[in-house]
Amino acid sequence: MEVVLVYMRSVAVLGIGKTAFGAFPDRDLRSLAVEAANLAMSDAQLPSEKLEAFYLGNFAGPSFVGQNHLAPYIGTALGFLGIPCTRIEDACASGGSAFFHAWQSVASGVYDSVVVAGVEKMTSQSTPRVTEILAGAGDMAGEGRAGATFPALFAMIARRHMHQYGTTREQLASVAVKNHANGAKNPLAHMRKLISLEQALAGKPIAEPLTVFDCSLISDGAAAVVLVPADHAPRYHSRFARIRGVAQTSDYVALDRKDDITFFPAVQSAGKKAYEAAGIGPEDISLAELHDCFTIAEIIASEDLGFAQKGEGGPFAAAGCTAIGGRIPINTSGGLKAKGHPVGATGVGQICDIVQQLRGDAGERQVARSRLGLAQNLGGSGATCVVTILEAA
Amino acid sequence: MAVETEALDLTEESPVRNEAVVYTETVVFAPPERYAADAPYQLAIVELPSGERTTVRILGKTPSERVSIGDRVLFVSEEDGVRFYRKSTVPAEEQTGNTPRPLI
Repeated sequence: MEVVLVYMRSVAVLGIGKTAFGAFPDRDLRSLAVEAANLAMSDAQLPSEKLEAFYLGNFAGPSFVGQNHLAPYIGTALGFLGIPCTRIEDACASGGSAFFHAWQSVASGVYDSVVVAGVEKMTSQSTPRVTEILAGAGDMAGEGRAGATFPALFAMIARRHMHQYGTTREQLASVAVKNHANGAKNPLAHMRKLISLEQALAGKPIAEPLTVFDCSLISDGAAAVVLVPADHAPRYHSRFARIRGVAQTSDYVALDRKDDITFFPAVQSAGKKAYEAAGIGPEDISLAELHDCFTIAEIIASEDLGFAQKGEGGPFAAAGCTAIGGRIPINTSGGLKAKGHPVGATGVGQICDIVQQLRGDAGERQVARSRLGLAQNLGGSGATCVVTILEAA
Repeated sequence: MAVETEALDLTEESPVRNEAVVYTETVVFAPPERYAADAPYQLAIVELPSGERTTVRILGKTPSERVSIGDRVLFVSEEDGVRFYRKSTVPAEEQTGNTPRPLI
């Protein structure tokens, strides 16, 4: 029998806070992060002087807004003076990675209260410039130099999934239609607009076979959570969520290094580890926030995490199994597609969205009897993945 | 998992050395800033005779020059680290893109 030598404490999400996601020309990066973190600390009923460390998920602040050294830059504006303030970058999984490292610091007993924020300010740059900056999450000496953008990488993944499993453009589009329907009901979503299947299919081509409706949004926004040991949480309030399992994994950055691009090994292994830590399986999950940077990514993640059979993610989505009221509601927030994708904020925002559902606070998007929620945050074309399983207090 | 190919002659003088098979592809309509002038362009991950895969550009602007999964392509040139290939079955008179654009 394996002997576990390290005693890990159970950790709770005590507070959550999010800004609206959208295009906010009058807001700077720091003010967004400060707003989200203050909301999370206020929700946790923990004042800033009680916090022992600050973790920040941010992908490309230096490129988007020309500011480095972001963690103490934001931390001091929150009143954190003297405590460790650290920025973590793992492409679109920067927020998830910051959350994972913050969890480790509490689970291991190093700290009793930490705040994790994720932020990105993207809309002050032109779309071609944003495309160029995002491409930096790929292998710039290889695929990037050849002209790969992120839509292009996921388009090539989609082509292969269609070739091997018969996935159709209609099935991809059904993910966008569903996520827009959910986003339309989310007051903090970037795009609160219903779209039809016909509209999604007729969208402007971005990288064949993906249209503009298969792609997530370029957004500004921030999200934050406060973590404490689970046995301390009831001292503050009863609306916390317990982290039942969390795992971070990695894989090649270059898409052309992978043997089979129709699945993400990092997602499969992070899911397996998180399920094992929680002692549950996909059938126990009430709802999930999956990283739908592109519609195909949600379909593949639904397969990799065991919600759908391999190759069946397309028909599964098209049949309504992932809608609110379906077998496993996916992206009730609207997902990256409709809620928006301020890259560094995304992974932390997903945790906030799950906790909101577990508290029963999701309004008309509420999933009945939700007890266990799963969040999956993906970096690049699958080189980083963080999967978190949360349980209602 | 390898793309299925016939046994290849990989000796120095064999023209097959310049061949590759398309593993996946896309046509990019929304390029990054530095390739704005090239769009739309076709990008592919191709499998080389060695079994290695790499990301390349496919030359040509017309539908008959576009490639699909499983198509054979021929190496044309390498410019600043970017490899350019063309569809192996396009007749010479239909080829529009034999000279790669100079890269920035």
